[in-house]
Amino acid sequence: MSYSDTFAYWRYRLVPDHMLGELLSKRWIDNAIPLLVLIFVVSLFGSLIPDFFGSANVTNLSRQWGEFGLIVLGLMIVMVAGGIDLSVGSTFALGNIVALTLLNVAELPMPVVVAATLAVGATVGLVNGVLVGFLRLRAFLTTLVTLIIVRAIVDMLLLKYSVRIAAAFPDSDAWYYLGEGFLLGIPFSAFAAGVVAIVAHLVLSRSRMGWHVLATGGSRRSAHNVGIPVRRVICSTYVISGMLAALAGVLFASRLGGAGADTGIGLEIAALTGAVLGGNSLGGGRGSAAKALIGSISVMIIVNSLLRLGVTSGANSLLLGILLLAAVAIDVRWLKNLNKVLSKVYVSPAFAALPKAPGTDPSSPYAINDKLGGVELIGLGEIDGPEDVILDADDNIYAGNRTGDIIRFFAPDYTRHEVYAHVGGRPLGMAFAKDGSLLVCIGGMGLYRVTQERDIEKLTDETNRSWVSIIDDSRLRLADDLDIAPDGRVFFSEATVRYEMHEWPVDGLESRGNGRIVCYDPSSRTTRTVLKNLKFPNGICMTHDGESFLFAETWACTVSRYWFAGAKKGTVETILPELPGYPDNINRASDGTFWLALVGIRTPSLDLALKMPGFRRRMARRIAPDEWLYPNINTGCVVRFTETGEVLDVMWDRAGDNHPMITSMREHKGHLYIGGILNNRIGKLKLDGADESWTGPESYWGKP
Amino acid sequence: MGYLGRPTQEKIVFALAAALCIGFALFLPGFLTANNLLNLVRSVSILGVLGVAMALVVIGRGIDLSLVATMAISVGLTMQLLATGLPLAEAVAIGILFSLLVGAVNGFLIAYVEIPAIFATLAMGTLIYGFGKYFLFQLDVLYLPDAHRYLLWLGQGYVLGVPVPIIVFAAVCLLAHLFLTFTRPGWYLRAVGDNLAAARIAGVPARPIIVTQYMISSLIGFVAGMVTAASVASMNTRIANSTYVYDVILVVVLGGIGLSGGRGSVRNVIVGTLLIGVLLNGMTIMDVQYTLQNVIKSVILLSAIVIDTFLNPRDEQTAQQGDI
Repeated sequence: MSYSDTFAYWRYRLVPDHMLGELLSKRWIDNAIPLLVLIFVVSLFGSLIPDFFGSANVTNLSRQWGEFGLIVLGLMIVMVAGGIDLSVGSTFALGNIVALTLLNVAELPMPVVVAATLAVGATVGLVNGVLVGFLRLRAFLTTLVTLIIVRAIVDMLLLKYSVRIAAAFPDSDAWYYLGEGFLLGIPFSAFAAGVVAIVAHLVLSRSRMGWHVLATGGSRRSAHNVGIPVRRVICSTYVISGMLAALAGVLFASRLGGAGADTGIGLEIAALTGAVLGGNSLGGGRGSAAKALIGSISVMIIVNSLLRLGVTSGANSLLLGILLLAAVAIDVRWLKNLNKVLSKVYVSPAFAALPKAPGTDPSSPYAINDKLGGVELIGLGEIDGPEDVILDADDNIYAGNRTGDIIRFFAPDYTRHEVYAHVGGRPLGMAFAKDGSLLVCIGGMGLYRVTQERDIEKLTDETNRSWVSIIDDSRLRLADDLDIAPDGRVFFSEATVRYEMHEWPVDGLESRGNGRIVCYDPSSRTTRTVLKNLKFPNGICMTHDGESFLFAETWACTVSRYWFAGAKKGTVETILPELPGYPDNINRASDGTFWLALVGIRTPSLDLALKMPGFRRRMARRIAPDEWLYPNINTGCVVRFTETGEVLDVMWDRAGDNHPMITSMREHKGHLYIGGILNNRIGKLKLDGADESWTGPESYWGKP
Repeated sequence: MGYLGRPTQEKIVFALAAALCIGFALFLPGFLTANNLLNLVRSVSILGVLGVAMALVVIGRGIDLSLVATMAISVGLTMQLLATGLPLAEAVAIGILFSLLVGAVNGFLIAYVEIPAIFATLAMGTLIYGFGKYFLFQLDVLYLPDAHRYLLWLGQGYVLGVPVPIIVFAAVCLLAHLFLTFTRPGWYLRAVGDNLAAARIAGVPARPIIVTQYMISSLIGFVAGMVTAASVASMNTRIANSTYVYDVILVVVLGGIGLSGGRGSVRNVIVGTLLIGVLLNGMTIMDVQYTLQNVIKSVILLSAIVIDTFLNPRDEQTAQQGDI
C-alpha cells in the first residue's frame, strides 16, 4: 500500500464518520441543544451565585419551578397540537385570585377551593378551545385577546376583594401544605409538576389520545382526513392548559397568600420561552414532556438568578426577548435543515481497497463463455424479481416475487403457477427445513416460516442490540439469505443495519462493514448475532461437514467459511479472496462442490473510488443520488467452486439476453435453476454429467 | 341594499359606527357638539396613525407587535437626547435611525431567518423595552425639555381650526394610500401578502419587501410617537408593556383588513378608527370603568376576529401548516 493509502486506511478506520449521521437520525437529538443550554445555564449561575447548589436555594428554586413547570407543560400540550396559548399568564393570575377569594372571603374548605379554581381554569381553557378549535380562530390572536379579558377580570376582582384577602388568615394546614409542604422530601409543587410531566409523557407517547394530539399538530389536514376529531382534540388541549395554569395559580396563592396587580404579568413570554427553548416546535407535531421540563428549568434558573444577582427588570425582559428569538430561530433552522444535513452526512464511505480483479481472458478461470445462452425460460414476464428459487421433492419451483408473494410453479412443465403464500414483504433467501416447511428471509421483516399447511409464522425479527451501536441494530432491516444447520439452528445474513432494503446500493457505495450473520435457535427461540462488521453478507450455504458454513460478502468480493462447531469453532477463513464480481447466493452442487452467483462484475472506476472515501463522500453530498457511482449489477455469472477455493466452472450469458444479473441458482435433478432480483424470469439449464437424481432437500436431510 | 353590494365587514363596521353615533347623539348629552367631535377624532388620530402602520404590515401578511414598544423607546430616546442638549434635528434623526434599525431587524428575522412574524415581533417588543430600560433610561417617563416646548404644537396646535394630530393622521393616510396604489413597492407589498410563493416566482424581491414593510411601520410608529409625546409633553415608556398594541390591531381588524394578508386599504383603517373613537368617546362620557372598557374592547376585537374568520374561512383543508 502506498503512503496515502495507508493514511486513508487509518484515517477512515479511526474516525467514526458514520456516527454523526446516526446521531442526527436519532429522535432524541432534538433535545441535545436544549440540554446543552441547560447545562450551560446551571454551570454559569452555579459559579456566579454563591451557595447556588445549597439546599435552601435548590428547595426555593424547585418550589417556584413547580408552578412554572406546570404552566409550561400545559403550553407544551397546546403547542404540540399546533396551537398556542398566551392566556396562561392571566389564567395563572385568575387562579391565584379566585383561590384566595374562595378561601379567605368565602371561607370554603381547601379541596373545594382547589376543585373550583381548577374548574375556573378549565372554563377559560374551554373558551379558548371553542374559539380556536371549533370556530377555527387564529390561536395566537384569540388567546391574546382572552389574555386581556381575563386580565381585566382579575383587575376587577382585585379591586373588589384585595383588601379582604389581605386581612384574612385562613386556618388550614392542608392549604399551607400546598405551598410550603414536602412530599418525599420534594417541595409539593415540584412533586405535582413531576407527576403531571410523567402523566403527560405517558399519554403523549403511549396512548391513543396522545397520538391524536401529536397527529393533529403534525398535520392537521391529514389528521382530519384520517378521521381524527381534530376540533375536539384541539379544544381539549386548551382545557388542559387552562387547568394546569389555574393549578399553578393555586400553588402560588398558597405559597405567597397575596394578590398583587402584577401577578402573572409577562408570564406568557417566560412560559413561551421555556417551551420553545426546550425544543417544542411552533406549529406543532414536535414536543414532549422532557422538552418542556428542560426548557422550563433553564428559564426558571435564568430569571431567578438574574433577580438574585440584582439585575433590573429591564435586563430580564431584554434577555428573555433575546432568548425567545434565539430559541425560535434555532428551532426554525433546525427543523428546516435537519433532514437536509442528515441526507448529506448519513452516507459515510469507508476505505475499502479490493485486491486486483482477476481477468476474464481465455487463460483465466473466469474466462467468458456463452453457457447461459441456451437456458430455457420459466414464467417469463409473469414473475417479478425472483431473488431466490428453490425446488421441493416434487420438483415444484418456489420463488419470491416483488409483490410480497411466494409463487409456486408446478412441475413438470412449469407453465402453471399459483401464489403459494402471501408474506407481505420481499422474499429473499429460502431454504427447506427438515419437516418440509419453507424458511424464508423477508427483507424489512425478518425470518419467517411457511409451513406445509401454508401457515405463515414469524420466527424472529430482532436480535440482541449491541451496546456501542448508536442506531438501534436490534431490529432486522434486511435479512438476506439463510441456511439450516443439521441441528436445526438457522444461520442467516443481514446485509446492512444502516440502510433499508431499497437503499442497498448505497450501502455498496459506503462499503463499510455494516452487515452481520445472525443465528436463530429454534430450540430456545433465541436470536443472537454471530458475526459482525461484514461487508454486505449475502449468500450462506452449509458445508458437508455439518460444522461450518460458507458465506459471501458482496462488497468485499470474497467468500469465507465460518465454523460454528467442532475443533475450529469460531474461526473464519477466507477461501475465495478475490472474485471478479460481487458474490450473492451460494448453494450446494451435486458433486459436493458449491454454486455461487455473481450479481455483477467489478469496474475499475468503482474499485479505484473504493480507495478514495473522500471522493465518494463528496459525491454523496454534492450530486443527486441517481448520478452516483454504483456497483455494476448488469453483468453476472455463475461460478462453481470447491471448499478449498478452487474455481471449477464459470457460466456467462455473453449476449446478456437471458440473465444479465444473477442472484441465485439451485441445482435440482441435473438442471440448474437461475433467479435474479431484477429479472422477470427463471432460467433452467441442463447440466451435462450431473447426478440426475440429486435434490437439495435430500442432500440436507437425507431420503424421506 | 342593491347598490350597497355585498355586506363586507367594512360596510358593517361603518354602519355600526354610524348607528353608535346616532345613538350617542340622541342619548348622550354633550356628544354631538363640534368640540367633542373634534376631540373625538383627535383622541383617536394617534391610534389611527399606528393603525396605518399596522395595516401596511398586515396587508403584507405580517403583524408587528413591537410597534408600540419601538415607538415608545425610539421617541423616548429622542426626548432624552433633547434633554442632554442635542439639537432637534440630530435627536430626531437618531430616533428615526433607531426605529428603522428595529424595523430592519424585525424584517430580517421574519424574511431571512423565517421566524413567524408574530413571534419575532412579540419577542422584539419585549427585547426593545428591556433594552431601553436597561441601557438608555433611568426613568419610566421622559419629559420634553422646556427648551423645546415649540414641539407641543405637533400635539396641541391647530391649523385653520383643525388640530394638528388630525392633520398628521390625514397626511399619513394619504401617503400610505399613494404608496399602496401608485408605487411599485406598494404593489409588491400587496402581492407578497396575497401569495408569497407566487410573488416570488413572479420575480418580486419578496424578502427585501418584507424588510421594507417593517421599516416603514417602525417609521410611521415614530411619527405617531412624536405626536403622542407632543400632546402630553412626555413619553411614558411603560406604554410598551400595556395592551395598547392590541387596540391598534383592533382598529385594523375591525376595519376589515384580513389577517391572512393581501386585502384591505387605508380606508379600512379610517373606518375602524372611527368606530373605536366613537366607542371610546361614548364610554368615557358615560364614565365606564377603565378595566371594563378593556373588556368591552377585547370582546369587540374577539367578535371582529370571529367575523374575519367567517368572511375569510380557514378549515382543515385550506389552513396552512404551522399558521398560528
